[in-house]
Amino acid sequence: MEFETVLGLEVHTELATDTKIFCSCSTEFGGEPNTHVCEVCSGMPGTLPVLNKQVVEFAIRTGLATNCEITRYNKFDRKNYFYPDLPKAYQVSQLYLPICQNGHIDIEVNGVKKSIRIKEIHMEEDAGKLIHDPWDDCTLVDYNRCGVPLLEIVSEPDFSNGEEVIAYLTKLKAILQYTGVSDCKMEQGSLRADVNLSVKPVGSKELGTRTEMKNINSFKAIARAIEGERARQIELIKEGKKVIQETRRWDDNKGASYAMRSKENAQDYRYFPEPDLVPIEIDDEWIEKVRQSLPELPEAKKARYLSEYKLPEYDVDIITGSKDLVKIFEQAYEVCQNAKEVSNWIMGEVLRLASETSTLPEDISFDAKNLGKLILLVKNGVVNRNTAKEVFEKMFSDNVEPEQYIEQHNLKMVNDDSAVKEVVSKVIESNPDSIEQFKQGNEKVNKFLMGQCMKQLKGKANPAVVTKILDEELSKLK
Amino acid sequence: MDIFQLSALELGKKIKSKEIGVVEATKAVLENIEKKEPEYHCYVTVCKKEALKQAEEVQKKIDSGEYQSPLAGVPAGVKDNMCTKGMQTSCSSRMLETFKPVYTATAVQKLQNVGAVILGKTNMDEFAMGSTSETSYFGITKNPWNTEHVPGGSSGGSAAAVAAKEAFYTLGSDTGGSIRQPASYCGITGLKPTYGTVSRYGLIAYASSLDQIGPMAKNVEDVTEIYKTIAGHDNKDSTSVNHPSPSFTLCEDMKGKKIGIPIEFFGEGIDADVKEAIYKAAKVYESLGAEVEEISMPTIKYAIPAYYIAACAEASSNLSRYDGIKYGHCAEKYDDLVDLYYQSRSEGFGSEVKKRILIGAFVLSSGYYDAYYNKALQVKALIKQSYDDAFGKYDFLLTPTAPTTAPKIGESFKDTLKMYLSDICTVSVNLAGLPGLVVPCGLDKTGLPIGLQLIGKAFNEETLLNAGFAFQKATDFHTVSPETIAK
Repeated sequence: MEFETVLGLEVHTELATDTKIFCSCSTEFGGEPNTHVCEVCSGMPGTLPVLNKQVVEFAIRTGLATNCEITRYNKFDRKNYFYPDLPKAYQVSQLYLPICQNGHIDIEVNGVKKSIRIKEIHMEEDAGKLIHDPWDDCTLVDYNRCGVPLLEIVSEPDFSNGEEVIAYLTKLKAILQYTGVSDCKMEQGSLRADVNLSVKPVGSKELGTRTEMKNINSFKAIARAIEGERARQIELIKEGKKVIQETRRWDDNKGASYAMRSKENAQDYRYFPEPDLVPIEIDDEWIEKVRQSLPELPEAKKARYLSEYKLPEYDVDIITGSKDLVKIFEQAYEVCQNAKEVSNWIMGEVLRLASETSTLPEDISFDAKNLGKLILLVKNGVVNRNTAKEVFEKMFSDNVEPEQYIEQHNLKMVNDDSAVKEVVSKVIESNPDSIEQFKQGNEKVNKFLMGQCMKQLKGKANPAVVTKILDEELSKLK
Repeated sequence: MDIFQLSALELGKKIKSKEIGVVEATKAVLENIEKKEPEYHCYVTVCKKEALKQAEEVQKKIDSGEYQSPLAGVPAGVKDNMCTKGMQTSCSSRMLETFKPVYTATAVQKLQNVGAVILGKTNMDEFAMGSTSETSYFGITKNPWNTEHVPGGSSGGSAAAVAAKEAFYTLGSDTGGSIRQPASYCGITGLKPTYGTVSRYGLIAYASSLDQIGPMAKNVEDVTEIYKTIAGHDNKDSTSVNHPSPSFTLCEDMKGKKIGIPIEFFGEGIDADVKEAIYKAAKVYESLGAEVEEISMPTIKYAIPAYYIAACAEASSNLSRYDGIKYGHCAEKYDDLVDLYYQSRSEGFGSEVKKRILIGAFVLSSGYYDAYYNKALQVKALIKQSYDDAFGKYDFLLTPTAPTTAPKIGESFKDTLKMYLSDICTVSVNLAGLPGLVVPCGLDKTGLPIGLQLIGKAFNEETLLNAGFAFQKATDFHTVSPETIAK
């Protein structure tokens, strides 16, 4: 029997606000434990939440960028459960009236287009972190992350394989980054995905029992988790066993998932409307204002790059898939007005160096305007392409200014005919054997002599000029 | 001069004119507290040293002209569910026996900003759950009019402290009658302001959508001044309304006022003395030129179940944070995390609190939400509507505050359902979010005080306070104290 997979995604993204959702503590990642806390986010008795308006604004932005309807009358609800990382013992979330509903994100996998429906997007607060100290065999709580604003983006079960999931996540990540809603650093947990998965015989109308895999923290791990869980469920069915509806934890190191809790033990969250917050009403004017402030989104940008710059689709996909690569592209383009060259540099040197140094696009730190300058320097014959690559390595690692660097390190291309002529003459003089061979009609020595000239000129000469002068001089010897 | 004959404003005046020093007044109250506490037990914590230090500082700032308020230098008590920085705030629960907040509640801060001297924290029903102050972990408070009787609750300590002159005024909180009913039982004046008028920031929540802080004092003039001081928008409380702070002058003119008496408040179990006192009070208003009519508000009978469902539901969530991990009581022995929760909460909470948490968790649980909580919200909307209808015709309503005067200690918990039902006169006001004022209107045959409740339109405390002022101008029930009776 053949099986098909049905997948749905719940993505949590931490918002790029400066302060938390209900208090004015910093949301910055990586502070000393319990230094970004106050009486409100640590859930002290008597404290009350006050909603950060920016969170609503970011939610509207995300909703508009993913084709959602914006809920005009919004409420928050309490989700009650006991856990030491949740100091109030309830999470303020939205159950009954989520801020965004009925959207979609369009993806393309192997040339096939598909629309993934978004059920809802809601606002909520993050919990703290538990850290187990094996030395003292105790668990410590860090509340810094408590109250960091989150959006939960819930898709319909519209995916049929891991590739579609990755394509969707890539697109969603780009949207969240373009709109400035989140930095989407998966390794810091600011983008986390839960995967709902079930399998069913091909063509069957009835959905299989689904499991949920929690908090998988990289695209590669998601792909592996999907493959692993799919195989596990098919094997169970083939063995005549039943898939149990449960929450599972994917252990990426072991390549296996483990049951966390089954539906029978599922918690009753006792949701009810949060009485400490007043309803939020969103009017047309607000929505329109947010719409006007939206930047060009990935899809529109891709279309424009294809039509306006005539770049290859593959390159455009890579560049527009990352807000940071787009920024490099656009800043460099502004200086040099040569899209093809900029694209080549990004696809070539930028990504090569990023990969070699394990640098994420958001951590690339050189001034992209300098890349535009460097492209102009090549075009204007100030440096040759090889030297330019050397210069770029320094730009990439130390953010040097190319013109200054070229000047200081005397890397300018030698275009001066007399200087080249001098070197050519020297090379001819010091290689009598080669000249003899040349005279006997061995044209191959040209290349050797050319190489010797370039070496003497320390690679700075314009190869065309050297070739021309070498040919002239050699022809005199015939 | 016997300073205990003075109201809060009268004392404030004498402090301003330097007839009495703040330290002197504070010392006098502290001495009275020391003398009477063994008998009444109004306070959980008395902060003698801090109060005297505060008194000295306040005196300096009065002398330098920084403090202008008529309440500057007047010693006050605060219910033990309002956070006071560095000062134990226990909610009369074992759970918070050692809890010292890191911040001060907005309402308390506002009083301190005008030079109030905080004497200590008054006793209450545990987490404000109760109508008698008997559920306090730290022992019961006794009614200064008759120590065999309860002072009411949950702000029983705040009410008894005013009646026993252990404070010139106090702050209480009212979720289902917790300011008004003890005010009535202890023969003092108490105001539950409109929901959203006084910031709840720093008030340890019982039922967030119903809780409201308010003043308790000797008379309407005192209550009015305290109300004006603590009311106003607070950007730390999203549910506090952005209205300008109240700034009216009391006016006793009742001519042409229309007053309704809802007959549903005089149902089964109403004490004849109470009923008579309320109707006599109505006569007083008539004699002042007001028109009084009986009206019917049939939806009021659903107020009790709706109140207990809504309040317990919110409480079950609000009290979940007491898990023994961050602050408060933590069990010494436990097996694992769940057992730590179980043991800490079992030991830390008293039985009334546990009962309400269980009711609340039940009514919110999956499958029951619509039948209970949602229904309660619908009833709440209906009750609000019936009040809106009444206020289309009447300026305010007159009702009893409770069906009886203060019950004897130990009596109420023989039948808790009956105790819940005795909240009939007060809970609908919280469900509708309205202001309610209680003023003394007589004594029953056994010499226990009866309180008259005035219910008004939302955000129209002025009308209520004027009506209470007019009543106190025309009568002297508010000047009677346990001591005058004893004499």
